[in-house]
Amino acid sequence: MCVHPSHCTGSMTDQKTQFDPRELAPFMFSASHNGFLGMKYRDHGEDWMELELPWREDLVGDSEQHVLASGPIISLMDMASGMAIWTRMNSFMAVATLDLRVDYLRPAKERHAVIGRSQCYHLTRSAAFVRGIAHDGDKDDPVASMAGVFMTIGGSAPLVA
Amino acid sequence: MSHNTDLLTPYARSIGITVCEQDELLKSGAPVLMVTFSDTVQGRPSHFHGGAISGLLETAGYTALRIQLAQGGRSDVQLKPINITMQFLAAAKAETLYAQARITKLGRRNANLELECWQADRSRPRATAVMNVLMVAPASD
Repeated sequence: MCVHPSHCTGSMTDQKTQFDPRELAPFMFSASHNGFLGMKYRDHGEDWMELELPWREDLVGDSEQHVLASGPIISLMDMASGMAIWTRMNSFMAVATLDLRVDYLRPAKERHAVIGRSQCYHLTRSAAFVRGIAHDGDKDDPVASMAGVFMTIGGSAPLVA
Repeated sequence: MSHNTDLLTPYARSIGITVCEQDELLKSGAPVLMVTFSDTVQGRPSHFHGGAISGLLETAGYTALRIQLAQGGRSDVQLKPINITMQFLAAAKAETLYAQARITKLGRRNANLELECWQADRSRPRATAVMNVLMVAPASD
């Protein structure tokens, strides 16, 4: 399964640890795939997370168009969703993406960063349900919409008691 | 049509996707794409990031579609993503990841594809996906 990085704490135990996305983001985005993409923290609330993916020439999906490829947008939405789940749980435990759907509503603006915003709208003992959008400045005019389900990884604690 | 990296997007080349040149795989129709494990595609330590897995699946879809369209004399159409639905079945570990598409329907305006990726054992897929692609013909004079 697609498992979220744990290198900011180095542990995947079932102990409940406080999760402060603003504080942890620089560590989570310092290396590996998220670091390569250059993801940045923007904002968060009780059950949602907003990340930014800066525009970069080598991440375009078509050499004739200066628009980010769809692949990095999936990475952005997947990561924003994982962090929205940890934020709602206020805990950093291993979760894995089970199902993720992205609808591409329109192309992003040329040479533009894309912002991913995801909300964890429901939690059960073993599953977390997320939905969100990607936009390029105006959240009322999204580039993509997303829906997904994440699961706890075997051996870790339930998402809700 | 030759299977070369010209078919790949700048994004696909950036994360290290290449076209698998092994004969037995090339004979199977749509090209098999591969990505070797590196920090660029890593999520949790020693595992692929789900976004990188999705990027490989999607690239396998576009590459297969480009080849099929070229064979039908339609290499000038523009491909636009409609949607993709990924199913993550098992962790993708620190070894080479392969992906191949199957074009389920190739119409005039849209195509539907099934995608699958695996590691050492093809019978145990790591992730599958279904994608829809819009095909826009160039405006005629």
